[in-house]
Amino acid sequence: MTIPFDLLLIQVINGIVTGMILALVASGLTLIFGIMDVVNFAHGELFMLGAYLGSTVFLTTGNFWLALGAAVMGIGLLGAVIQTTTLRPLLGRDPLTTILATFGLSLVLQNYALWQYGPVPRKINEPITGHFSLFYLEYPWYRLLVAVLSAAIIGGLWLFMKYGKYGIWIRATTQDRVMAAAMGIPVPLVHTVVFAIGAAMAAASGVLFGPLTGVNHAMGLDFILRAFIVVVVGGMGNLGGSILAAIFLSLLEAFASIWVSPAQAVIVSFVVLILTLLFRPTGLFVPTPK
Amino acid sequence: MTRSAAGYWIGFAVVLALLVVAPLVLPEFWRRFVTEILIWGLLAMSLDLLIGYTGMVSFGHSAFFGLGMYGAAAALLTVRPPNLWLAILYGLVGAGAVAVFVAYFSTRLRDIYFAITTLVFSQIFYVIIFTWTEVTGGENGLGFSQPAFAIPGVVSARFTPVTLHWFVLAVVTVSYLGLRRITQSPFGMVLQSIRENEPRTRAIGYHVERYKIVAVMLSGLFAGLAGVLYALQNKFAAPDFVFFLVSGEVVVFNVMGGMGTLVGPVAGAAFFFLLRELFSRFFTEYYLIPVGIIFTLMVIFVPQGLLGFLRRRLNQ
Repeated sequence: MTIPFDLLLIQVINGIVTGMILALVASGLTLIFGIMDVVNFAHGELFMLGAYLGSTVFLTTGNFWLALGAAVMGIGLLGAVIQTTTLRPLLGRDPLTTILATFGLSLVLQNYALWQYGPVPRKINEPITGHFSLFYLEYPWYRLLVAVLSAAIIGGLWLFMKYGKYGIWIRATTQDRVMAAAMGIPVPLVHTVVFAIGAAMAAASGVLFGPLTGVNHAMGLDFILRAFIVVVVGGMGNLGGSILAAIFLSLLEAFASIWVSPAQAVIVSFVVLILTLLFRPTGLFVPTPK
Repeated sequence: MTRSAAGYWIGFAVVLALLVVAPLVLPEFWRRFVTEILIWGLLAMSLDLLIGYTGMVSFGHSAFFGLGMYGAAAALLTVRPPNLWLAILYGLVGAGAVAVFVAYFSTRLRDIYFAITTLVFSQIFYVIIFTWTEVTGGENGLGFSQPAFAIPGVVSARFTPVTLHWFVLAVVTVSYLGLRRITQSPFGMVLQSIRENEPRTRAIGYHVERYKIVAVMLSGLFAGLAGVLYALQNKFAAPDFVFFLVSGEVVVFNVMGGMGTLVGPVAGAAFFFLLRELFSRFFTEYYLIPVGIIFTLMVIFVPQGLLGFLRRRLNQ
């Protein structure tokens, strides 16, 4: 069977767009893991709550950008609260306990969303509704905007990590927690800020993703699994690797869904994950340590 | 030593006697409740062999449980007349085959990587079962009728809720004694030494990977047995039970009850379901909000679980 070229190109664009959103979720997750050794099971729920908060603000004000800003601020604050109340007491214990604690949180947050917002999915409208024609399709500009915005947020994070005072503190804490503390860096505060940044990025991707499929209480579950796969394939704690892996896996899934249903296309990512773990356990885009 | 051993067996006999009498005195709802706790308790115990004794947190036990269910369903739907023992056999074969596959790949990894790999494996089976509608019934699952309890030449009788409870109790008790024997055997000692210090165990000369593979397989078999019992009791198999949230709940049972005690996870399952009953009165289907908060608090403040907490208090 030959695949028409136009279908292939459409799937490439689709893959990059979903890949960029996934990269935004995964980079928050990998940032939190790299610095705090915390596997945040509740990350998908922060993504979902961000989308809900965005939709609430959107319904009252009608302004998409205000909704995005409010969700980022609100969920960032929630992240800071979660870190200080739940994760700070676990500092220094086995990293596995953080999986358990954040799993408990994800149960709470997910059911809270179901209770608060009900089972009917909500809709956020796109801020720009234009289309451009791509072969036989009317392709929405908004999807490209999502990819560009995600890239801008990730780029902003990179600049912040490279040049910002907090960014330098964060990198120092990643390298050596004890030494950083000895140099006067307030390590507990750095942890809180990192978790808040990760949560805010999850919220931003939730709001950006909202117009594409609608907002429901289970959207976090689907995303957290894919984000986990991306983070492991890209190399735990490796920001660049996560972004590459997100785009790579989304492209693969987009191609796979030419032949099988999207639900089955997920298996391609699973297989990539298993192969990565078997042959390059430090990550697909990292040179294996000697 | 002998005194505490005697104490243990007296306690064991008392609890067993209470569980035998339970279905005769309890009303219908609570009888079913106790039977379900026993089944979930068996699943939690099977996971304890990994979490509590070998130090590997598996987030994929729903796959073994689910394959046990679907294996039983396959036997009950294809073989005429439906045979109880064949259902158990098929369920164990199904869960065992999956366990071999998962064990081979996942035991090469440690800690959180093991947890994530087992989670992803269980999702693979979930997606396969969910989408392969012609064989598995897809989203609706499979329904079937309960087989009769039959020992050829001795007895053949239909299950009543009471006899089903006794059957479940017998299977769970034998499994518990088996698991207890395993954890106290030299093999179990090696597993515990892997938990305490893996490099040292390897340095002594044990083939750690081989022990881990066997541990995952054994754990998977007992989890599959729990799946068969659940299928027998509810007369259906559904993809929801393969979804990773079920694995998460079983981890919750272990943490609540106390890891590394075998009895603790059963107590944890009972505690969880009692909390669910209690909070369902006030929060209806959103009972997981308070239960999740209690669980998170327990992870922070009572990491040794209910049983470990009691044990420490009693020793003071």
